[in-house]
Amino acid sequence: MIWAAFALMTGAVVLAVLWPLGRARTAAARAPDVSFYRSQIEEIDRDLALGLLTQADADVAKAEAGRRLLRVSDEPIADGKSRGGARMAAVAALIAIPAVSLTLYLALGHPDLADLPLSTRVAERQGQSEVQSAVRKIEDHLAANPNDGRGWDILGPVYMKMGRYEDAARAFGNANRVLGDTPERLTAQGEALVYAAQEAVTPQAQEIFNKVLDMQPGHPVAYFYLALAREQSGDRAGAIEAYSQLAQGTPPDAPWQPVVRARIVALGGTPPAAQEGPKGETADAVRAMPSDEQRAMIRTMVDGLAARLDADGRDVEGWLRLLRSYKVLQENDLAKAALVKARNALNADPDGLSRVNALADELGLKS
Amino acid sequence: MIVEIGHYALVLALALAIVQGVAPLVGALRRDAALMAMAQPAAVMQFLLIGVSFAALTHAYVTSDFSVVNVFENSHSLKPLIYKYSGVWGNHEGSMLLWVLILALFGATVALFSRGMPDDLRALVLAVQSWLSAAFLLFVLLTSNPFARMIPAPIEGRDLNPLLQDPGLAIHPPLLYVGYVGFSITFSFAAAALISGRIDAAWARYVRPWTLIAWIFLTLGIAMGSYWAYYTLGWGGFWFWDPVENASLMPWLAGTALLHSAAVMEKRDALKIWTIFLAILAFSLSLLGTFLVRSGVLTSVHSFATDPQRGVFILGILIFFIGGSLALFALRASALKPGGIFAPVSREGALVLNNLLLTTSCATVFVGTLYPLALEAMTDEKISVGAPFFNLTFGPLFIPIVLAMPIGQMLAWKRGDLYGAAQRLTLACAIGFVGAVLLYAMRGGPIVPPVLAGLALYLIVGSFVEIWGRVSGGSSVGAMFSRAIGLPRSAWGTAIAHAGIGLTLFGLAATGWGVERIVTVKPNQPVVAGPYEIIVRGLEPRDGSNFRELVAHTDILEGGRLIATMDPSRRSFTTRTMVRTEAGIKTIGLGQVYMNIAEVRDDGSLDLRLYWKPYVALIWLGALVMALGGLLSLSDRRLRIGIAKRAATRVVAQPAE
Repeated sequence: MIWAAFALMTGAVVLAVLWPLGRARTAAARAPDVSFYRSQIEEIDRDLALGLLTQADADVAKAEAGRRLLRVSDEPIADGKSRGGARMAAVAALIAIPAVSLTLYLALGHPDLADLPLSTRVAERQGQSEVQSAVRKIEDHLAANPNDGRGWDILGPVYMKMGRYEDAARAFGNANRVLGDTPERLTAQGEALVYAAQEAVTPQAQEIFNKVLDMQPGHPVAYFYLALAREQSGDRAGAIEAYSQLAQGTPPDAPWQPVVRARIVALGGTPPAAQEGPKGETADAVRAMPSDEQRAMIRTMVDGLAARLDADGRDVEGWLRLLRSYKVLQENDLAKAALVKARNALNADPDGLSRVNALADELGLKS
Repeated sequence: MIVEIGHYALVLALALAIVQGVAPLVGALRRDAALMAMAQPAAVMQFLLIGVSFAALTHAYVTSDFSVVNVFENSHSLKPLIYKYSGVWGNHEGSMLLWVLILALFGATVALFSRGMPDDLRALVLAVQSWLSAAFLLFVLLTSNPFARMIPAPIEGRDLNPLLQDPGLAIHPPLLYVGYVGFSITFSFAAAALISGRIDAAWARYVRPWTLIAWIFLTLGIAMGSYWAYYTLGWGGFWFWDPVENASLMPWLAGTALLHSAAVMEKRDALKIWTIFLAILAFSLSLLGTFLVRSGVLTSVHSFATDPQRGVFILGILIFFIGGSLALFALRASALKPGGIFAPVSREGALVLNNLLLTTSCATVFVGTLYPLALEAMTDEKISVGAPFFNLTFGPLFIPIVLAMPIGQMLAWKRGDLYGAAQRLTLACAIGFVGAVLLYAMRGGPIVPPVLAGLALYLIVGSFVEIWGRVSGGSSVGAMFSRAIGLPRSAWGTAIAHAGIGLTLFGLAATGWGVERIVTVKPNQPVVAGPYEIIVRGLEPRDGSNFRELVAHTDILEGGRLIATMDPSRRSFTTRTMVRTEAGIKTIGLGQVYMNIAEVRDDGSLDLRLYWKPYVALIWLGALVMALGGLLSLSDRRLRIGIAKRAATRVVAQPAE
């Protein structure tokens, strides 16, 4: 269908170019100049008749126009015949136009992608608009009662899901302000700030993660982001060390293990061998956590990642991390769904696509 | 599918532009009529293709298709519909698409409305225009593609910059671009003239309407932009000597000079080399403006998200076209036949003076704009060249232009009578002088505003003296009226456009009498600004579709009597978490009361910026009047010839526009 439209358009363009080549023409190329000065003289006569010019003025003007007319009449006149260029031009146009446009379009365009207007997308995601109007209601309520901490606490994760990270960070911050800091909310706030800054761990976010570690030493999420901050600031050795501690200090089947180990390898370090059980200060802290809390924290991390990839799916590393995490969490259905989404999202990125497929094979995800 | 059709249409337009750039050029050089004839349908087709492409992008905006990256980054499903349309060009990629659309529009109009034009000239003009199209289409497709896609499409877009969510965006860029890009066609005419060697009065006649169209739109575009800045930026200024504003002023100055020198070329076959040079210069300055805005060499309200790769690309285009045309110019200029000769004191002489002053003032703006950039690039030292520099250099250069304008209108072609012209301006001089003295007596204050206002009055009156001289000979009112009607519309155009400058100048002079108050008030506490009392009655929160605002209902009182109300507000845009103030502006007579809420304090009091600006509306009304003058002149389709004088007492038949 779309190719038929392209063919029609190309055909119309080629025709428009070829059409004048086929017509005979007789007009002499220079004639309009002569007629220009002739009509100038005629116009002087007309003005004279209308009384806009005096006789003397008209004489001067006509003399000048006459001089110019003589000058152009001296010049050679083209015969207007085609000299064989027409056939060459016709062939060139026939070949060049489709060749240039198709090559360039195939390199740039996405002929297989349909339009995705809001109406289609809303139909796909039923309930989206209800979420929006609900958000709107809570926002209105909070504008009037900015000290309703629970409201902010509800709104934060919703904002995260919608990809409104600045708003999420603000909501978590407000909840902390009203209800008092908790490690979970602080972590969520810090994470929102990181997403809002395109994954840069800003000084503000670092401050928050440090606060989390003060309250709960060894908090793995905070620990991870502080290690990432070191990496981003160029402190490679420090980052490797911090990642290694995290890898060593937490259970070997923790969902962040693949990510953390991948970071270490990417930085040129050797990941520590998998341990029987966690040890060290960090590990003690994590082990000390109730297991519900641990799982919840892990889920928040993974859900946040999934929401971000839903909003903007061009991040190959993100998809790989998500697939691994789901696998570790033994969420096979979610992993398969994520695989489908990843393949869609990376449609235009063959390189990323093959990496995702390779990982899917490795993890045994069949779809 | 519509998005991809738009994308393909754009690519196809590029392929067509390459063919249209080559075949007619070869045809014109080999005098092959069939090849030359390819230019016209190709130009029209090119416009249709880019039009399809533009419509497709607009469709994506209107339906909020966020699978198009450009739409996702600059739109929001809740954005009011008008900004979904105007948002198409409220960003780099979309505005470049508008740019090439207008480029193609000019090509298509030349193709359609040039029956009287010689075939080879038309073919060359369209070929050169198509080179420009091809260069910019390539730029759009390779560095700024508005049709880039992403899947899955995000749920919600990032919204348009709140500063741009304004009716001004619907008007200012299209007007300005028609002006900017309009000079591309005069450039193409100049290049065509240089290639074919056809540089004569007939050429000037063909190029006249295009120069006028570009000039009219550029005038309106600059004025509109200035008014937009005035009411949005919130501190009552309307011209900031911002590099990007200067970038639009420079082509305007060069274009104004071109308009006048082309008149000399058309009527007297003189100033040919100069006219061609100005045509190249005007468009080169337009290109320079594009480069400054898009390359990231400077930051201003106008710079789009910038990227050095784009800058290098545009720099390449700039060098290719300006360098190429100047090289052609150097090759051909010596071969030009000299045209009509004239005495220093003559209409031609006055227009040469006008050209010299305009280009010099253009050069001062150029230096003031680029010197800080060059200095920063070379020494890392940051200096800021602002209003003081321009007031001291540009101002003094413009005063002689204003003084000479009515005199020039009064001089005859070939040789004129300066004394006689000055004599006929006695009345205008007297009105200007008396006006200045009266204004000084009434308003006091520094000497500059009344002097400039007097100058403006002299110009307004002086612009019509020449017309009066030709009309007043009638025996009765009826005869005078029919004489006035019978005058060429271009004569009226000249007078009206010049008077427009006078009006703008008066408005500028009057800024010296303005009143500025920066105050903190509580509701119902009156503030005095000039002759008025301003009282904020109360605050009201309101909801817009994608913003919330706090409106201050405000009364304006004169002598205790309520004469007007206004509703300035502060708007918070949720998606971009930005705040924008909506100034309250009330036009009273020709002056305006201007109020901006700088801050709302917790205790309910407001920090206000309040202005009373007498005659300020004249600044923009003047520009409208200038454009009207241009339009009248444009509607005068007659051929023109300057009538050389042997004695200065005769009446001039047809003045320059």
